[in-house]
Amino acid sequence: MHQTFDAALGINLLHVNQTGADHNRAHFDEWEITCLNVMSSPGAGKTVLLERTLDALRDRLKIAVIEGDMTTELDADRLRQYGAPVIAINTGRSCHLDSKMVAGGIHRLEHDYNPAEFDLVLVENVGNLVCPAEFEVGEHAKVALLSITEGEDKPLKYPIMFQEADCLLITKMDLAPYLDIDIQRIEANIRQLNPHAAILPVSAKTGEGLEAWFDWVQAQITLCRRPLEPVSAIGVNAKEFLTEQPVTTEDPAANDQEPAIDWILEADS
Amino acid sequence: MHETDMTKALIMTVRDWWDSQPERPPVEKIHLIVGQFTCVEPVSLQFAFEVQTRNTFLEGAELVIRETPLIAFCHPCQQQYQPDIGLRYACPTCGSPMEDIRSGRELKIDRIEYALED
Ligand SMILES: Nc1nc2c(ncn2[C@@H]2O[C@H](COP(=O)(O)OP(=O)(O)O)[C@@H](O)[C@H]2O)c(=O)[nH]1
Ligand SMILES: [Mg+2]
Ligand SMILES: [Zn+2]
Ligand SMILES: [Zn+2]
Ligand SMILES: [Zn+2]
Repeated sequence: MHQTFDAALGINLLHVNQTGADHNRAHFDEWEITCLNVMSSPGAGKTVLLERTLDALRDRLKIAVIEGDMTTELDADRLRQYGAPVIAINTGRSCHLDSKMVAGGIHRLEHDYNPAEFDLVLVENVGNLVCPAEFEVGEHAKVALLSITEGEDKPLKYPIMFQEADCLLITKMDLAPYLDIDIQRIEANIRQLNPHAAILPVSAKTGEGLEAWFDWVQAQITLCRRPLEPVSAIGVNAKEFLTEQPVTTEDPAANDQEPAIDWILEADS
Repeated sequence: MHETDMTKALIMTVRDWWDSQPERPPVEKIHLIVGQFTCVEPVSLQFAFEVQTRNTFLEGAELVIRETPLIAFCHPCQQQYQPDIGLRYACPTCGSPMEDIRSGRELKIDRIEYALED
């Protein structure tokens, strides 16, 4: 007789990616590195922001870049002039970086340098507002850029990016006098989705607002090093994935834990 | 698009399950739950599934996708509401931000239907 049976799985579709992200995160934590995942649509100013950041912080912090948005080899060269290692990832035609691609970059860092010497890894994600925020790569925080030339309604149209971000940079503020754009409306639209993230208007061209961004970066590093709670509990996404993981999860008690988001609230002030 | 990668992960997961079954039963249906507040397009997923399962142990298996709506809970108002995706996420009554999402973020392989002869 032909009979149909049911097997309950209840496994998150992203669990393979999440396993890789946990692997990456374990490396970062072992080496006491803070990792920021920098995302935006193409041309919002990620590479230029990283240049300014490397330039301003190189005396204080040892920084490496994992570059997943290479338009040409010129991008990497621009970043290399500040003395930081720039590890270019071949993303093929992928619309986002996944944890496996970033693992390739991390293992290169481990192979070519002494990773424990680094304080900060900046990951420049593929230029795309749709999906990179959905794929954890092991970062401690997500940074999203929105340039003021993109319009006020982008946060509403690409809500997951703006909801998941821990820091939102409104970029190219120097262009504000030439555009008919309402910055307060951009902020209000972001706030509908994300009441806690830091929202920082900046211009990489004039330097406006960049000090606040550097302070935010520095605060993430300080918070990551603070041994008050296990670093693995940090991250707004942790809960989402933990509750969706298969029953074979190593620590079932973790499923009931609230994610620790105090540090994001603090970064806001 | 990333639906291709997700389908790869889906097939790997089902394969792990299938390998653990002594009978290696034919898989008839795979049930997914996909929230509307995710970056996954069910149509693209269906297409990728059809292409990538050809000539595999899943050839002919049906992918059944149940979509779940975006539902948020407003704590000041103590009530649920359904945000207008793309237009407005704040609570329609009091304007509080959307903070507590009760449905719509799911991306889950729910269950597998398989056949056994006896
Ligand atoms: N006016 C102005 N242009 C900027 C600013 N930041 C970046 N750009 C320009 O925007 C373009 C794209 O920048 P890029 O950093 O390559 O963007 P990415 O694709 O996000 O990495 C370049 O032509 C930059 O010079 C800014 O603050 N002000
Ligand atoms: Mg770039
Ligand atoms: Zn993608
Ligand atoms: Zn490793
Ligand atoms: Zn309300």
